[in-house]
Amino acid sequence: MSSITTREAPRGFSASEYMTCLTGIVWREGLRFLHQRERFVSALVRPLVWLFIFAAGFRQVLGISIIPPYETYILYEVYIAPGLMAMIQLFNGMQSSLSMVYDREMGNMRTLLVSPLPRGFLLLCKLLAGTAVSLLQVYAFLLIAWFWDITPPPSGYLTVLPALILSGLMLGSLGMLISSGIKQLENFAGVMNFVIFPMFFASSALYPLWRVQEGSPYLYYLCEANPFTHAVELIRFALYGQINWISLAVVATCTIVFMIGAIYAYDPSRGLARRGPAGGEG
Amino acid sequence: MTSPAPVTEPRDTPRLEAAAVPALSIDGVSHSYGPRRALMDVSFNVQPASFTALLGLNGAGKSTLFSLITRLFGIQSGRVGIFGHDISKAPGEALRLLGVVFQPRTLDLDLSLTQNLLYHAALHGIGRREAAARSAELLGRIGLSERAGSKVRDLSGGQMRRLEIARALLHRPRLLLLDEPTVGLDVKARADIISHVRQLVTEQGIGVLWATHLFDEIMDGDDLVVLHQGKVLAQGPMSRVITEASAQDVNTAFMRLTGAQTMPGGGA
Repeated sequence: MSSITTREAPRGFSASEYMTCLTGIVWREGLRFLHQRERFVSALVRPLVWLFIFAAGFRQVLGISIIPPYETYILYEVYIAPGLMAMIQLFNGMQSSLSMVYDREMGNMRTLLVSPLPRGFLLLCKLLAGTAVSLLQVYAFLLIAWFWDITPPPSGYLTVLPALILSGLMLGSLGMLISSGIKQLENFAGVMNFVIFPMFFASSALYPLWRVQEGSPYLYYLCEANPFTHAVELIRFALYGQINWISLAVVATCTIVFMIGAIYAYDPSRGLARRGPAGGEG
Repeated sequence: MTSPAPVTEPRDTPRLEAAAVPALSIDGVSHSYGPRRALMDVSFNVQPASFTALLGLNGAGKSTLFSLITRLFGIQSGRVGIFGHDISKAPGEALRLLGVVFQPRTLDLDLSLTQNLLYHAALHGIGRREAAARSAELLGRIGLSERAGSKVRDLSGGQMRRLEIARALLHRPRLLLLDEPTVGLDVKARADIISHVRQLVTEQGIGVLWATHLFDEIMDGDDLVVLHQGKVLAQGPMSRVITEASAQDVNTAFMRLTGAQTMPGGGA
């Protein structure tokens, strides 16, 4: 025990305290992820099933013309790889939100939220930690995909990193925003049906949007308005060393909006407070 | 536990003033979930170096109160202060002085004891080296040094609780909240934890708020707050509460106080 004084002057928090907190949260998320091997395996199997089975089957059905950022004719597998990378992040973001609901029910969330550091910062740390985990998954996927002849330029593995961080933050903060509204774990099935599937299918992940436009103009507009489409395109272009500015703007804006929404929702004087006791009242 | 607090130099002078600023002050706090009122105008203080038992049945509002003190919920009306720092206005300063042991277990079962402690230290901005030293010291104090590297999952219920208390002390708080910490533990583990926490009060001058519905955890000399259906029915030193309820022991005093409110004719 250090010396006891009755009332200390507020001393705020130093930059190194913020940094310690951030690394601690990321480190813990990483450890937890390593302990949940099934989660890692299923995070990998899901896109690989799409790649190995779905793409192989659809290769003949869907011809892909030359569209930017591609400079030659490409295989369908190559086309959907960025979409699958984004899908990994989409699932990871929603899964983190699931774990936040779980944490809230189990009380783990409380240990995070009683930290004296500003709550917005804690949630940001949590988002960065979730994004870091999604990066591990995406790069593991890219490694396997490389053996499947999905070989972007070597520099692409580096240029895609900032895009992945941004899209990971966007999908993570969306998940966090949704998690603040979910009261119970069971509702996660609803998230699958109403968030994950529509976002994934109404996007450019599986088919180029010009093809969608031929089929249904309305669906095309829907896809264009879908932030997930822009996450996919941002990743696709970055993987080939290019920047899709529109997608960058959309993803950045959505990230900020979702993040502010999530921080607002987790503010004790608003969001959670109105929803009654978390866990048992006693 | 019965030995007097060893008086050390930096402590004795400020302690006199400490009486002026309570470790915890709850001032006119009310809270409702929609139409349901969980707390009604609750006010009481916890002094530094004191053991205050918050006595109430399930549903009395103890957990709501804890959620308010720990800033899990926002304060709807009233004021909560920790060593004078308003939890709504200066949450950082207030939470820094607060250690909490929640009723549900909040450890990462798949991480080791040390990893759990290091994570908590990081949440308080305590650097790695300092955190490792404090963790080792606290694990030694709760007699779990040799288990430092094992997974929390492999601990017994009592050991987990002790670890949670150690974790709550890692950032050296001066107010410790415990929400029914002995629920589900066997007699020996319960006794260990109670004596450990009482030691913290006498030896380190920590103010403790101990929520419970188990009367035998309260001792002569404790402060008592009786919470029932969201209202404080009685508060003060245990002996006074008992006398004022014209009872012989806490048990009867509690039954009288609450029975008189809810079920005329007594019994609970």
